[in-house]
Amino acid sequence: MTLGLINANPVVHAKKERHARTDDDDFLAVDPLEIYEHVRDIRDPEHPYSLEQLSVLSEESVTVDEKLGRILITFTPTIQHCSMATVIGLCLREKLKDCFPPHFKVDIKVAPGSHANEESVCKYMRQAEVRIGLEILYSLLLDGLSWSFLQFQPYKPLTTRKDDKWEKKKIGIRNLNLKY
Amino acid sequence: MVTDSEAKAVALSYLQNLQVQALGQHDRKLSFQLMECILDHYAGAIRDLGDVLLYGICEAIDGEKDPDCLVLVFHIIESLAKLYPDPSGPLSKFAQDLFEILGSYFPIHFTHRKGEDDDSKREELSRALLLAFASTPLFEPFSMPLLLEKLSSSLPSAKVESFRYICYCTPKYGSNRMVKYAQALWSSIKEATFISPQSTVSAESELMGGMGFQDNDIMTQAFVLLQEVIQQDSIFTNLVLSDKDINIFVNSLIESMDFGDIPLLVRQKLHAAGHILSVCAKSSVASCNKVFETYFPLLMDALVISPAKPSQESYLDDDCSFVKLNFGALYLCIEFLGACRCLTASFDNFTLVSDFANQTWCAMLHTFSVPLMKGFISFLGSNIVDNAHNAFAYLCVKGLQTLSTFPASYVPVSKPLYDSSLLKLVSIVTSEINKTFLWTSALKALVEISLFIDKCPDSERASCFKSTVVEKIVSLISSGDITTSSSLKLQAAYDIGATRKEFMVKIVRGLDEAIAVHFSAAYELGNLESDKFTTELLDTYSNRVLPWFLETGDSEEIPIKFALSIWANIENSRCINPRHPDNARNLLGATMTAMKKAVGSCTVEGQEMIMNKSYELLLASNCFESMGFQSDNCSIKLKVLQQNHNFDSSTHRYEWLISLFASVIIALRPHTCLPNGKMMMQLFISAILNGHVPSAHALSALVNKLPSQITGINSFRSISLEEALDMIFGSFIRTSSNRSMSGNEIDFGGLKLDTLRIQSAKSNAVIGLAWIGKALLMRGHEKVKDITMTLLGLLMLDGNIGDSNQLQEWNEVCDEENVHQLVKCAADAFHIIMSDSEECLNRRYHAVIRPLYKQRFFSSVIPILLSLVVKSESPSVRSMLYRAFAHVVSDTPLTPILSEAKKLIPILLDCLSILSMDVLDKDIIYKVLLVVSGILTDKNGEEAVIGNAPRIINQLLDLTAYSPSMAVRETAIQCLVAMSELPHIRIYPLRTQVLQSISKALDDPKRIIRQEAVRCRSAWYVFS
Repeated sequence: MTLGLINANPVVHAKKERHARTDDDDFLAVDPLEIYEHVRDIRDPEHPYSLEQLSVLSEESVTVDEKLGRILITFTPTIQHCSMATVIGLCLREKLKDCFPPHFKVDIKVAPGSHANEESVCKYMRQAEVRIGLEILYSLLLDGLSWSFLQFQPYKPLTTRKDDKWEKKKIGIRNLNLKY
Repeated sequence: MVTDSEAKAVALSYLQNLQVQALGQHDRKLSFQLMECILDHYAGAIRDLGDVLLYGICEAIDGEKDPDCLVLVFHIIESLAKLYPDPSGPLSKFAQDLFEILGSYFPIHFTHRKGEDDDSKREELSRALLLAFASTPLFEPFSMPLLLEKLSSSLPSAKVESFRYICYCTPKYGSNRMVKYAQALWSSIKEATFISPQSTVSAESELMGGMGFQDNDIMTQAFVLLQEVIQQDSIFTNLVLSDKDINIFVNSLIESMDFGDIPLLVRQKLHAAGHILSVCAKSSVASCNKVFETYFPLLMDALVISPAKPSQESYLDDDCSFVKLNFGALYLCIEFLGACRCLTASFDNFTLVSDFANQTWCAMLHTFSVPLMKGFISFLGSNIVDNAHNAFAYLCVKGLQTLSTFPASYVPVSKPLYDSSLLKLVSIVTSEINKTFLWTSALKALVEISLFIDKCPDSERASCFKSTVVEKIVSLISSGDITTSSSLKLQAAYDIGATRKEFMVKIVRGLDEAIAVHFSAAYELGNLESDKFTTELLDTYSNRVLPWFLETGDSEEIPIKFALSIWANIENSRCINPRHPDNARNLLGATMTAMKKAVGSCTVEGQEMIMNKSYELLLASNCFESMGFQSDNCSIKLKVLQQNHNFDSSTHRYEWLISLFASVIIALRPHTCLPNGKMMMQLFISAILNGHVPSAHALSALVNKLPSQITGINSFRSISLEEALDMIFGSFIRTSSNRSMSGNEIDFGGLKLDTLRIQSAKSNAVIGLAWIGKALLMRGHEKVKDITMTLLGLLMLDGNIGDSNQLQEWNEVCDEENVHQLVKCAADAFHIIMSDSEECLNRRYHAVIRPLYKQRFFSSVIPILLSLVVKSESPSVRSMLYRAFAHVVSDTPLTPILSEAKKLIPILLDCLSILSMDVLDKDIIYKVLLVVSGILTDKNGEEAVIGNAPRIINQLLDLTAYSPSMAVRETAIQCLVAMSELPHIRIYPLRTQVLQSISKALDDPKRIIRQEAVRCRSAWYVFS
């Protein structure tokens, strides 16, 4: 059985103009626009449009606290029952992972009231985060390094995460609230 | 050669046997090309085929979809229309069928976008289809309904295309056929421009009173169409003028609206209405009449302007300001004036003026121009010109400009009125400098008016302009008030002067006077403001005035006069007051630049005149004696002046004299005679040893241009190149009494030590040598080798090569630190030799430049440098050699470097790692890194790069964390991105290392670096 598109006719918005930023003389903190630049062109899983065009993301939906090293992205699925919400979330996480140093913690949430299963999507995203955290932990252990929050090895990309043994291990410590 | 009958046979066979649409793309294209060729070249032969041909072609092209073939198809239809131009001929039967096929392609739209050349392809197709549409009037009954229908489409591109097509087809179809569409066309145009205007507010709109709009494509095309149809048929003008919507809009605007609370939509509509009406007025005299009859009295009523009474005409004193400020009316009025102005510009001078005087619009303008102009002037003069009234002020300036640029025969503006309008504009330019926008528009208006006088010669107005505007501007420059915004004043002076030579000469006279006054104030009294102002004046001279004269042709007189007047200024002011050393330095710099440019643009005779004058002055001022030698014998007694701050005034004066004299010498042409070459050489040599860099420039210019043989009568005064070099080498380099200077043997420490006991003098000598080396290199003289060898010898000085006597001698003279300084100076000398200079030795100052001189130096010096690097053991010598190497490599063009890439890359990398130890060397590192990136990105360097990939990557990774310079980090990361495109098998082993190190750059304090790092990471991730 082939499933039809969940949202066949999304509303497409115009892309915002991009201005080359010229303020290059000072030491510049990471700001929401910089993060937004990285994620605005991610393509929607269903449509040939970017997340920006579908208004899933906007500059306002990104907040950042550089001192604590936290990034919070709140995205708005196009429709309430979007089954792709988790995929979008994972895309965002995967993309940002490559763009920021490991000491940044990325939180990804669905905007309140924009999704029918808001709770479960957010929960899934938290689990994904724990999983990635564990991956780091694992890679650290493999390399025999001591606990150090600043000298992380780069993550293994998601595609190499097909390790059965590793999958089993993960289940046992799912509720570990790992902060990294 | 194909005969006509053969061609016909081919065509017949084609039509009977070929089923084009059943073929593949390539074959279809071929068959269309064949048909196109037959139609283009054998038209006569196949004309009588008639219906058979037309039917066959219809069949062949029906349903074609490939873009390449379609271009041919459209062209075939165009050729067909040319073949049967007769309106009742065979084509008339097939017109409908043909158009049915053709029309289905409009507008050109690709459903499957393929690549980047889609746009150009679309453009080409659309053009071909347009030609096919317009090929015959027989298509009109079918094409016009289609196009009109597409006009109401919601797709913007379809609208633009439709307007474009109609615009092109209208003249081809002829006005008889088009009349019936007039109503429909007008309503479409109105819909697109007036009812729902799509214009966007442009950037400077705020300054133009909120009326600066940028039309979108649809509107632009609609206006073009409007212009086209109005010129075709006068029925259109009637349609526009009788249009109720526009009428009501204008009336309501005039009656009620006050500026300030006009909403954006209304302003857009006003803009569109103004444009529509002015297009009507511009198109012909008759329609201009109609427009004026319909609207002009209305506008004048709204502005409460009454027609001029004959007695009033020449008096200004009666109050004539606008009783009521009505923005809409004023705006439309200005638009109308502009349109009339365009209309008159389109007539040639021979059209009878009396014909036009009777026309309605002309008569109306006659009656209203005087009160209008008075109104503008008094509005600009009143105190209400503040920011809120910017829009009005802008319109008034524009109105004055338009009225003053009417040919006098159409709209006679009396002299006093013309005068006072100019006066008003000038007073804005002189006194309203802080209101930038008003100032700019007034200046622009003046420039336009002046250009107009130039175009339509009118002696009365010209003299009027000269006496009012130019005089005022000149007096503005020379007036005492120099504190505020002098640069704007100078800009105004230049802009107005540039419109006419006569004016420019006058302005230049004003500038000269101002320079004379302020120069002495700055020079003698050390007046800070005069100082700044003089610098600006001189900059205006060198950057604007002199290039302007150079462009306009006869350039000789003004530069000579300028140069002589500077010398006269120096002569007249006896002492100098260096109260503000920095400003004095700026002033000297500006004077030197202006002097160089002035001398550079003179001919040989002019240069000799300036030269003689300056030489006399130099002699008179005892300059030679003070430098430590007498003019009668040629021995140099070096007296090194102290390089500290207790200059007395005479030293300053000497510095000025020598600097300016050096500027003259720098810009001389090669054939200009020198009054006393030997003396000059001595003067410059001793000045160089005192650390005077312009003298080094001048000496190098001399060495570069001196003739190698002296002939003729002037020989006793002049000096040949050989003599000059002997003098120079004699005073800078140890002569070959105890060692030979021949061959490649390096003579280290060859500087003449006994005469140069003071440290700074030695560095200065090295700099001087470098400049002379550059001059010799550029003219391709072999002695440059001696200089190179001397410099290389200095580089080796730190080490322990060479005999102990030499070192001992050195140690006597100076300590280790000083030696280090000197060696560094020698290394940097290579930068002087290789780099291009703005100051001297360039084309503008007539230098002798042999082609490829940099390549030649590169290929002769690099092998020596490389062998020295290998031989040297001391790290300090090495670092200096690398420094020299870096200078040579970074200033050489890329091509010779690429051919040596294999040898150079290891050295370049060593160079980077050694130089990165000293923070001060960041600029050199950056230049070397650019060379590396040049090799990396060039195809020819790939082989050499692959061989050294691990080393290059390691070095680049080190540099990504180079904290002193952001540019270095950025370039290093970009180089890494370029490396990721090498063959995977070579760089895969390095991937982990790169990814690890580059993740540190993700945390860089600079945003640009972070972004580059992300790019780099993703480039290296790809081949996982």
